[in-house]
Amino acid sequence: MLSVILKRLGQGIVVVFCLLAITFCLIRLMPGDPFTDDKSIPEHILEKNRKDFLLDRPVPVQFAAYVGNLFKGNMGISLKRSRSVSQIIGQSFPASLILGLTSMAVAILIGIPAGIIAALKKNSIIDYGTMIIAMLGISIPTFVIGPLIAGYIATSIPFLKVAGWGDPFDWLLPAITLGAATGAYLARITRGGMLEVINQDYIRTARAKGVSTKDIIIKHSIRGGIIPAIAYVGPAFAMLLTGSFVVETIFQIPGMGQHFVNAAIDRDFPLLQGVVILFGSLIVVANLLSDIVLVLLNPRLRDAN
Amino acid sequence: MRQYIPLAISFIGIFGLTSCQDEAPVEKHTQNNILILGNYNEPAGLDHHVVTGVIESQIISSIMEGLCAQHPSKDGYPLPGAAERWEPNEDFSEWTFYLQKDGKWSDGKPVTTEDFLFAYERILHPEFSAKYASMLYYIENAEAFNKGEIKDFSKVGVKAIDSHTLHIKLRASMPFLTELTKHYTWYPIAKHAVLKRGAMTEKYTDWTDPEHYVGNGPFKLTQWRFNHKIEVAKNPHYWDVKTVKLDGIQFLPITDKYTEARMFYNDQMHITERLASEMIEYARKKSPERLREELYLGTDFIRFNVTDEKFKDPKVRHAISLATNRKLLIDKIIKGGEKPATGITPTIGDYKALNIAKHDPEEARKLMEEAGYSDSKKLKFTLTTVDKDAHKTKAEALQDMWEKALPVEVSITQREWKSYQDIMSKLEYETITGGWIGDFPDPTTFLDMWRAGDGNNRTGWANPEYDALLNKAEKAGSPKERIKLLNKAETLFLKDMPAFPVYWATHVYLIRPEVKNWHPLILKNQPYKFVWLEK
Repeated sequence: MLSVILKRLGQGIVVVFCLLAITFCLIRLMPGDPFTDDKSIPEHILEKNRKDFLLDRPVPVQFAAYVGNLFKGNMGISLKRSRSVSQIIGQSFPASLILGLTSMAVAILIGIPAGIIAALKKNSIIDYGTMIIAMLGISIPTFVIGPLIAGYIATSIPFLKVAGWGDPFDWLLPAITLGAATGAYLARITRGGMLEVINQDYIRTARAKGVSTKDIIIKHSIRGGIIPAIAYVGPAFAMLLTGSFVVETIFQIPGMGQHFVNAAIDRDFPLLQGVVILFGSLIVVANLLSDIVLVLLNPRLRDAN
Repeated sequence: MRQYIPLAISFIGIFGLTSCQDEAPVEKHTQNNILILGNYNEPAGLDHHVVTGVIESQIISSIMEGLCAQHPSKDGYPLPGAAERWEPNEDFSEWTFYLQKDGKWSDGKPVTTEDFLFAYERILHPEFSAKYASMLYYIENAEAFNKGEIKDFSKVGVKAIDSHTLHIKLRASMPFLTELTKHYTWYPIAKHAVLKRGAMTEKYTDWTDPEHYVGNGPFKLTQWRFNHKIEVAKNPHYWDVKTVKLDGIQFLPITDKYTEARMFYNDQMHITERLASEMIEYARKKSPERLREELYLGTDFIRFNVTDEKFKDPKVRHAISLATNRKLLIDKIIKGGEKPATGITPTIGDYKALNIAKHDPEEARKLMEEAGYSDSKKLKFTLTTVDKDAHKTKAEALQDMWEKALPVEVSITQREWKSYQDIMSKLEYETITGGWIGDFPDPTTFLDMWRAGDGNNRTGWANPEYDALLNKAEKAGSPKERIKLLNKAETLFLKDMPAFPVYWATHVYLIRPEVKNWHPLILKNQPYKFVWLEK
């Protein structure tokens, strides 16, 4: 098991490195200069600024210097925000972590029970109703759900605010907005997984033996039924952790999501590279963790590589 | 499962009670005498030698102060700031500023001429490479020092006569220097605080972190949470602390204007940075007393690439300007209460806006025909704009106006911000939307940019006569003569028309009635020390 984990981690490092190298080159191919602004800057000042950030050097030289600094724990200075990338990520990640965890909790608490109930009540009104709501959750984008929730729910409940990031109640509406789509996916995946399991012979045998419905569901079905959902939760969790530009903008959350978009628009190379490394690493770790959980849930996987 | 229900209820109850006890944030902060402002975005920094934008200016002006300060209600009327008084020479080319005797930094140390010299040397130093160093090029030899042509800073026209008397020699006559000193590029910097955290030419040190920041403004920096909020509190060492009414200000970096409006109507802030044009009508109906529509020192215009064969003929440029129904565009599309622009420069003090650009579709058609175009031989060109919905709608309205009035076929291209800048600088466009926000209330802030080769010109247009008029204005003996020459230069510009004005900008925002002494200012550079909250 340990060797598999180490092997996967090694592969993950290679993946993140390749991701970084590709991003590093691609963003430098984009038109536009990181230092240009709506008001022009004298050429000698532009040149000095480019020189300070090595942007006057060939891309391989820039990359080598960047990787060298990375090994020293230095992710560089943001070209737009005049502070270190690690400081920006350090200050933005906690908000994204909270939002990611709460929205994942919302998604799991809604999605998995909904999927199980829909599977158990297959082809009933409950099943159709749940799946219609799930379909709506998947189809309606966050930029529609967010303002609606902010405009109608937040204004009618005294302790909720339309936007802002302070007390724990401020987490609720963004978490619902961000977690809705993930929860909807989870409901559909869980329903599929559960349907597959409850049609298995061993479930029929358990019924024949007189095991109660509650025990059949809890002891025999859920463990196998939620395996597809667990496989989905890992990467989905990484996505939620890195934030969402739309949800952060609607609810005024000081998280990570906006850096992906703004750093690209501003041609803020160091910041974009920093968030790509973080996102890539989170995906690798989340995938690994979900694989480990799958192994724990499914003993047959323990012997496989 | 049932055993968890009471637990869940008590959990919700505890949170609910603590939250319900709280008043709306804005009421609580009014009681605490703290103003909450929307400030559009996270600032690029708080080192006023590094930043270039308005959002930074709005924060920095609360924690730093220049030689002269802004009047709470009058534009172009300097009040004593870091300087208690000043004297220009006869032709306004040399100025002496006398610093406040009891002027102090927020750490209690005195503000002296040394801090000003250090600040000007730092921002102009070629090694520091400040993007906005050109704002100080008005000082004699400042440009040469910034370009590395002069190594010795003592040759730059700024001298300390003593610890509290500063002498500035300018490259030319500059009657509006007092206005320039209100701009953050002219503010002093606490030499001891900067050098404590790094060398003079070191750009990205942590001296602007709240625990290290030292300013001379009415407020001091207390908290800076990235992308969340910036808080400042009354500075007890400020020379005029008795005037300061507020105990603090919170600046919120709200990028989305709809979120900002929701937060305002949800009683979370006192003043918004702006208001979406689609919401103006709603705001007028809901609470007209909370809506402000004020003129802002900015002009929106369309640039022509005059190096392009299609736009070499001024008749074509004039025809397109004449075919533009500015009023209709403002009333139906932009809806922000803007004013149709008849000149590039809006009225600023004694400088009255020219009345040249207008709407006359018949004359427009006539000019196009004179230029050799007709319905059978249409002029085809592209209008480039930014990739925002509002810009697209505006471009479509212009396209419609021009195609209806003239024998033209217009296509629209949208580019994201950096590409748009790139295209404009490299003259890889035919016509392009644009605008300019003035740095200080003087016509030159709108006219200097059109000089031959100026980085902001971006039209390829050059007219030696225009440049000569501006140079002559710099050496004019009296402000009256200067205004006359600038007027002449702008008339010449509008005759050649490498760009034509569309509208003069406005600042539309929401403000709560408890905010007092907040007046319209053309640069929206509110001097916060005069503002107070009615409880």
